Amino acid sequence: MSHEKPLIKINNLAKWFPVRTGFFQAIRSSERKYVKAVDGVSFHINKGEIFGLAGESGSGKTTTGKVILRLLEPTAGNIHFKDKEITTLGKSEMKEFRRRAQIIYQDPYESLDPRMTIFDFVAEPLIVHKIGDVEKLVTDALERSELTPPQEFFYRYPHELSGGQRQRVAIARAMILNPEFIVADEPVSMLDVSIRSSILELMVKLREELGISYLYITHDLATAKQVCDRIGIMYLGKLIEEAPIDELIDEPLQPYTQALIAAVPDPDPTIEKSKAMIKGEIPNPINLPPGCRFHPRCHYAQDICRKKIPELIEVKKGHRVACHLKT
Amino acid sequence: MSMSRFTLYKKRLKNFFTQFIESKSGVIGLFILLFFVFISVFANYLSDYPIKATQGDLTARFKPPSMKHWLGTDDVGRDLLTLIMYGGRISLLIGFMAAAISGGIGTAVGLLAGYFGGWKEEILMRVTDIILVIPGLPLMIVLAAVLGTSFWNIIFVISIIGWTGTARVVRAQVLSLKERPFIESVKAIGAGDGRIIGLHLLPNVFPLIVAQMVLRIGISILSEASLSFLGLGDPMSVSWGMILHWAFSTGALSSNYWWFIIPPGICITLVALGFTFVGYALDQVVNPRIRRR
Amino acid sequence: MVLLDVEDLITYFETRGGFVKAVDGVSLQMNEGDSLGLAGESGCGKTTTMLSIMRLLPSNGQVLGGKIIFNGVDMLNIDEDTLRKEIRWKRMSMVFQGAMNALNPVFRIGDQIVQTIRAHQDVDKRVAYEMVEELFSLVGIEPKRARDYPHEFSGGMKQRAIIAMALACRPDLVIADEPVTALDVVVQAQILELMRNLRDKLGLSMILITHDLSVIADTCNKAAIMYAGKIVERGDIVTVFKHPEHPYSQGLLTNYPSIRRKRQKFAPISGRPPNLLFPPPGCRFHPRCPYAEEICKTKEPEILELDRGHYVACHMKNL
Repeated sequence: MSHEKPLIKINNLAKWFPVRTGFFQAIRSSERKYVKAVDGVSFHINKGEIFGLAGESGSGKTTTGKVILRLLEPTAGNIHFKDKEITTLGKSEMKEFRRRAQIIYQDPYESLDPRMTIFDFVAEPLIVHKIGDVEKLVTDALERSELTPPQEFFYRYPHELSGGQRQRVAIARAMILNPEFIVADEPVSMLDVSIRSSILELMVKLREELGISYLYITHDLATAKQVCDRIGIMYLGKLIEEAPIDELIDEPLQPYTQALIAAVPDPDPTIEKSKAMIKGEIPNPINLPPGCRFHPRCHYAQDICRKKIPELIEVKKGHRVACHLKT
Repeated sequence: MSMSRFTLYKKRLKNFFTQFIESKSGVIGLFILLFFVFISVFANYLSDYPIKATQGDLTARFKPPSMKHWLGTDDVGRDLLTLIMYGGRISLLIGFMAAAISGGIGTAVGLLAGYFGGWKEEILMRVTDIILVIPGLPLMIVLAAVLGTSFWNIIFVISIIGWTGTARVVRAQVLSLKERPFIESVKAIGAGDGRIIGLHLLPNVFPLIVAQMVLRIGISILSEASLSFLGLGDPMSVSWGMILHWAFSTGALSSNYWWFIIPPGICITLVALGFTFVGYALDQVVNPRIRRR
Repeated sequence: MVLLDVEDLITYFETRGGFVKAVDGVSLQMNEGDSLGLAGESGCGKTTTMLSIMRLLPSNGQVLGGKIIFNGVDMLNIDEDTLRKEIRWKRMSMVFQGAMNALNPVFRIGDQIVQTIRAHQDVDKRVAYEMVEELFSLVGIEPKRARDYPHEFSGGMKQRAIIAMALACRPDLVIADEPVTALDVVVQAQILELMRNLRDKLGLSMILITHDLSVIADTCNKAAIMYAGKIVERGDIVTVFKHPEHPYSQGLLTNYPSIRRKRQKFAPISGRPPNLLFPPPGCRFHPRCPYAEEICKTKEPEILELDRGHYVACHMKNL
């Protein structure tokens, strides 16, 4: 991994969604309610790195990915891509940015336009950016995605392909402009288990061959372990721990991370069973608890946890934690 | 095995027809419409009688149906069957054009409102609501009275009232499409609003629009008939509504000249019904919510 | 004591394109107290097997052959009435895939469970409500929450309520289809823990159907792996998962993402599952099998006992 300036650097990124209240509620209370989906998240991704962003539902991981690409506009914070501030870019500069930063979606059944042929779908980025030699580039992209022979797929429609094939098409489209950064939003969670490995293998291979960096968003720590270099754990809109993948799994510091890892079942039946170390479930993101968002479920919660939000601090090299008890 | 685009389109068309035929009412409606379109188009081949008012046979006024005049004659001695055949032309033409125009306006409004949201959507939808709230026929009457009665004015009046339903339906569909990843993905590759709206949202909304427009043709024909009957239609053109208007204004109703009144009425009803049946059948085939995968 | 004995089950679906051979000669056995994990990918036939056992197939599905003996009852030959009154819910109940989202939103949860209880047992409302409160305590929900509506319950709580419903008549066997797939990791661990506890406390027998092998490793003592409508390997959990013999099981298990294992090289299984309208001749896995020989392409392998209780359907292993 390079130790130069990072490829992507986000700082205090926030995305708040206003909650629609009824007419009478709006008159009664002057306070606007928000779902603070992403609330002050900062991290960086190096060139050629696969950075994982993991969390359960409501953690804000997918929203973070979309905001980085400005598919959703940030409420606050900065996004730097190779030194350029993305949040203030104008239309034509954004178009340039989009050549270099792409996304792969979770649902292979919904991310392909049902009315477009595979050829048109994969070629579209080229047409938008007016790049010539469309047929050759599409052929190359499909081949790199291991859809061979590519011509077989040109005139097919999405509904004729399997989930795994569709995801490969999505990858081909994301790759065709030779991006430097890809946000992969749970790219294999909706695929059959025996197909997942091959898609992940493809993604890693493309990283090796083309030096692409990934933001790998997932709720599945086991696949994260397979592909990520570093990983961040999110809970209710905040980044609560960040470390190299092996270190995070072997020595998690934040109580939530520890519980998360203990809860993951293992395919080895002789190993200790998965443990539910914490009770309850993720609370309603509209009414967040004060202080540390995890404190209501945390066995170690102290007074300070109820009052003050912990900062994300580096306690070991490359290992950051947001917890009053560990810092 | 790869297929050329042409074979694909053929296959899609075949699938569409197979599904359409499953609706019995749709098939009936289609036959009704084909019948009326046929007699309208070939009116001049099917009939020898003139339709100009000045060419009427004043010796044969208000004659009941006979072998010579299958549907009798009107107040100036014209053959009613011929009038009805030609009348189909005007009614259908006005119906199509008004539906096309209101479909166009409604689609544009729905697409823009649904896609842009914010204040643009607010304005567009409030305008839609205002027009929806005002009773249609009275508004059309007022407009027709103010603008004058001509062929194009009638079409204008009907279209300007009729686009709201389509706008709402299209907007709803756009709102739901916007959430789907494949639409967001077009933004992600750097496409501008125009491309997203024109090449992605529009094709996905298109089948719905067609179904809407077909229904709208039936309604437009009814609107035109209403306006003409009330005397606000183009007096130069022969439409079924105008025939009814003449029937009424020349006292056919009180004199019980049923052949002057009932046939045009039946034609209007059948054609409107035909378009409604076909429209609903189309909706069954194309509506993503109802469609069986 | 043999609780469930399925022999050569054959279930086909009639579709416009022909017969989908969804379950094609499946045999399995369960003893009292077993938790059997039925594993396989989408389309392998595991849900269809379950629906066949419960005789809840959709109208175009038919059991065309085989035997299903549950607790001495010949499930395929008893009449619908007896099945409904005696067996379903009372002796065999099920947790369907996505059941937690199928709770009726306009009725209180307690009412829905009471309805279920009274459909199968002749008790009056008050007794039924008491049973609901007891069940809730059993599954870890505060009894007074029975008055809530489904939207007031979180995902994990809804699943607990569904499990409570399945246990209402204290069945001998509970069949659960993807009971934790839609849940967050931590809640999943809570529910799996609950299921293990209930199994131990109530002496339940369970069939757990899922594509997630780690869930099976976590909760079951026996496993059966299905592929393209057939069982390719079955036996006790440690044998099957740690010493898989069938190439498909090997492919699945050696590659299975594990949070505790060292990162390994990717070695995915090539190709994809077959179309069950036209399954490949011979062994259905042969197009993807690295060890396939001539015999695999022509003759279907029988499932044979390789070792005590360990059954494999592979020509290469039955030499």
